Amino acid sequence: MAESARKIFAPTPTPETQAFWDAAAKGQLLVKRCTACGRAHHYPRPICPFCGSDRTEWKDATGMGVIYSFSVMRRSSPPYVIAYVTLDEGPTIMTGLVNCDLDALRIGQPVRVAWTPTDGGPPVPMFTPR
Amino acid sequence: MSIRDRACIVGVFEHPTRKADGISLAQLHAEVARGALADAGLTKDDVDGYFCAGDAPGLGGLSMADYMGLRLRHIDTTETGGSSYVVHVAHAAEAIAAGRCDVALVTLAGRPRAEGMATGTAPRNYGAAAPDVAFEAPFAPTVVNQYAMAAMRHMHEFGTTSEQLAWIKVAASHHAQHNPHAMLREVVTVADVVGSPMISDPLHRLDCCVISDGGGAVIVARPEIAKRLERPIVKLRGAGEAVKHQMGGQVDLTYTGARWSGPAAFEMAKVTPADIKYASIYDSFTITVLITLEDLGFCKKGEGGRFVSDGNLIAGTGRLPFNTDGGGLCNNHPANRGGMTKVIEAVRQLRGEAHPAVQVKNCDLALAHGTGGSLGTRHASATVILERG
Repeated sequence: MAESARKIFAPTPTPETQAFWDAAAKGQLLVKRCTACGRAHHYPRPICPFCGSDRTEWKDATGMGVIYSFSVMRRSSPPYVIAYVTLDEGPTIMTGLVNCDLDALRIGQPVRVAWTPTDGGPPVPMFTPR
Repeated sequence: MSIRDRACIVGVFEHPTRKADGISLAQLHAEVARGALADAGLTKDDVDGYFCAGDAPGLGGLSMADYMGLRLRHIDTTETGGSSYVVHVAHAAEAIAAGRCDVALVTLAGRPRAEGMATGTAPRNYGAAAPDVAFEAPFAPTVVNQYAMAAMRHMHEFGTTSEQLAWIKVAASHHAQHNPHAMLREVVTVADVVGSPMISDPLHRLDCCVISDGGGAVIVARPEIAKRLERPIVKLRGAGEAVKHQMGGQVDLTYTGARWSGPAAFEMAKVTPADIKYASIYDSFTITVLITLEDLGFCKKGEGGRFVSDGNLIAGTGRLPFNTDGGGLCNNHPANRGGMTKVIEAVRQLRGEAHPAVQVKNCDLALAHGTGGSLGTRHASATVILERG
């Protein structure tokens, strides 16, 4: 698992997101995909935000993606990186970047998932350069 | 419903305080209401419609109507963050056009500075029931690092530079030097901005707006009432609003909801960006202004950096004078919500009541634009086009 110096807010699973967090605990990233329109979305919802169908299903994601944008929060001690990463499966998700050189990050950089412990909850998918 | 020529702004007031120690939130709301009514030449008993947003205490509109002793037949507490008050002005005009009220009061107030709120750099949590929280809060999104990601992407796609963003602050500071109430009255240079401490890449401290207490109010009334009052007439000519979000993961941080709210307002007003003499553009950060100007059509997408450079936003010299009160970047940002002051300064310009050093000559058409929420996740954009009567 990746390390983070700051205490990470623990997500609270809900009935509609329990499967995501159960998979997270096993190191598997899931995305929700709609079988009616075929599109994957994030954050996961039971009703597709693209077409409104309730025929959505969980799919394993590869955990690979590229940086869409990021920012190093310099005012925090130590600094941390927030980012949007575009997954190979399509959706662009808010995340953090860890185990990286803060001054060498760039948009378009390939990254892979780095599960990061939280403050008493399931781990969350952050990313690290690959 | 078109609001064109169906309502007028007859009163405005901006609270002079920037740090409201010893004044309650409810009192601030009542003080700005009183100020705007006095400006209009009306009393609270003339008010039959009231508009406020999430900054109002208690049960919002109900608590404030009780506190101020209002007798209402119309109430609207639409909450779209800092753009709420631009939305409210348009909704007030619609309500007036629909016969729901004759005189509408809109108030905003807040005291984040007196309360010591870490406005921009502390993560905000809107509650566990917000569906996004579990998928965002772990990554510590703050106001500034979310807008920073929009700036970073804009730089990547269009080659926008920190120096270009800095020109927006420079222009605001040129205006703020003439505003005795402004928090930052010192004129700054591009070098000052890019040399200020980095907060969240690529946004420097001087790319950020101030944190202030205060508030403001606007009175919107039926045109027949406006004509009876001894104030210059400011007519609502067009309005548009839009919500933009992450679109299920199809995130695109290079544009805002202004892409939709702007054209809707221009279409209703039957004018174009080239007709606008003065623009109030929500300026939570320099990047907010740059992207909004592109989306409203003042320049092409990606050319905002060149558009704002070399003083093009400075009154008297630039092609598009903006935020002549100093804006959120230098003057104030009451309650962390800047939509109200955007409307107020546009009204001052149309009345010819801006500071003489920044008054736009023959200012007959102005635009005010609000952005509420975050460019980085979800926000509401609201545009109004105002005309001198």
